[in-house]
Amino acid sequence: MTFFEEIRQAFKGIYSLLVGLNITGKALVTKVETVHYPRQTVDNIDTYHGHIELIPTDTTPHFTKCIACGTCAHNCPAQCITVTKAELPPEIGEDGKPQKPKKAKYPELFKLDYNHCSLCGQCVENCPVSALRFSTDVYHAGFSREDFEYDLLARAKQNIEDKE
Amino acid sequence: MNFNLDGDFYSRNFQQGPTENTMILNLGPQHPSTHGVLRVLVEMDGEYILRAEPVLGYLHRMHEKMGESKTYNQFIPNMGRVDYLHALAWNWAYVGAVEQLMGIEVPERAEYVRVISCELNRIMSHLLWWGAYVMDLGGFTPILYAFDDRERAQDLLQRITGSRLTYSSFRIGGVIQDMDDIFLDGVKAFCARMPERLKMYKNLVTDNFIFRKRCEEIGEIPVEMARKYGATGPVLRGSGVADDVRRAEPYSIYDRFDFSIPTQDTTDAMGRYLVRLDEITQSLAIITQAVDQLSEGPIRAKVPKVIKPPKGETYFAVEGARGKIGVFLVSDGSNVPYRIKLRSPSLSNLSLFSECAKGSLLADAISILGSLDLVIPEIDR
Repeated sequence: MTFFEEIRQAFKGIYSLLVGLNITGKALVTKVETVHYPRQTVDNIDTYHGHIELIPTDTTPHFTKCIACGTCAHNCPAQCITVTKAELPPEIGEDGKPQKPKKAKYPELFKLDYNHCSLCGQCVENCPVSALRFSTDVYHAGFSREDFEYDLLARAKQNIEDKE
Repeated sequence: MNFNLDGDFYSRNFQQGPTENTMILNLGPQHPSTHGVLRVLVEMDGEYILRAEPVLGYLHRMHEKMGESKTYNQFIPNMGRVDYLHALAWNWAYVGAVEQLMGIEVPERAEYVRVISCELNRIMSHLLWWGAYVMDLGGFTPILYAFDDRERAQDLLQRITGSRLTYSSFRIGGVIQDMDDIFLDGVKAFCARMPERLKMYKNLVTDNFIFRKRCEEIGEIPVEMARKYGATGPVLRGSGVADDVRRAEPYSIYDRFDFSIPTQDTTDAMGRYLVRLDEITQSLAIITQAVDQLSEGPIRAKVPKVIKPPKGETYFAVEGARGKIGVFLVSDGSNVPYRIKLRSPSLSNLSLFSECAKGSLLADAISILGSLDLVIPEIDR
């Protein structure tokens, strides 16, 4: 490399440096794009598909349209949903003896183990009565695994009470 | 406590060469420039690399085995996790394979949703690669600009897929959600904004003196070498071969769009860099055309609830951000796949690193590694 070539290279380097500094300087005076989380929150979480929740309804006595068929639990790739049917109180038969208890068409327990959920939405898609939806919870933090095992029935009840 | 100072299987079997004054160095698995848990064993003579050998398997999650134990629908969320940067291409490769095997016709609007979301995802992948590559080479600021644009694309995709990174929104026979006007307006605004930003990227990084010094004439991959290792995508196109699955074997509706396949003849890291930046422009062109051609219609084909493809096997390939993504699917007629083989482009692209990095400086090897655009979860699967 000749002496003049070296000088030319040095000037080229300085020029490209100045171009870069110009862009960085411009970014310094434009509007701040970041959101300072604890003091500000983002406004686009309504389209986010968080963990599932039961759609709360006032029409049924158990706050949900769920018929406890277990399709969601069956279709889940991670087996993170547990649904148990409620048992009706035993009826007294014709012979005066209590009959075998019948299964009701609503859940007694609807648990989601969010630790294993991959948010694929197979449960929401396959629900025959459309009793499930995605929540928009994004601010999760907890100290133990148990913090992410949700009782969705209690959550639906809480949702209705919050509304009232 | 006893420490095993002899090293593990790989370092014990990685013997020193014939000369004595060499040093064996472990690059990774926790090195920031290996983008994940890639480990490279290198034998060095001073600053020069005599031999480099990648060690894989730190992120092996048995996706192929998982496919054999889940039903066809249950395997879809796995595909978003194979390659977290271009998740929708993997989604597409899998659902495309199942659709091909079952002979399902996807509605036209669903195809457009797929094209638009997949191309947006490709832009996002290239943007992150761009920021990370420049960061590997020592420039921190560009990744923040890249994330600014990436965030806008993520907000858009969140509207139609519901997630921000590990998308699993394609279904066998369609997609989960239709595009609304807000999304389409957002896409148009994004496409209008990007060319201006790309100009800024060019001024900030591509024309930068230091950056060019670290990319030009470094990591030259001749066409024969790329062919030998089965490299695809921008790595092969950076060597001057205009090979793209979207053009070579057009799947879906890619034959309706007018786009070019960018190539560079320089075969070095700079060539691969320029190919990726040009690809962003081409993806924007495809999205703009797709939005214009859009027509109303359903987004899900009529598909049985329990997917049971007929006996047989099929192979479906799509073009991902890193190269050719292929899914080989064998069905035995039951509701669980008999075998799923995932062909990941990163594995082939990594394979040539060993030969390419031979004789280069260690700092240049980092540049080569970055220019291959590796996603480690995809290599290990």
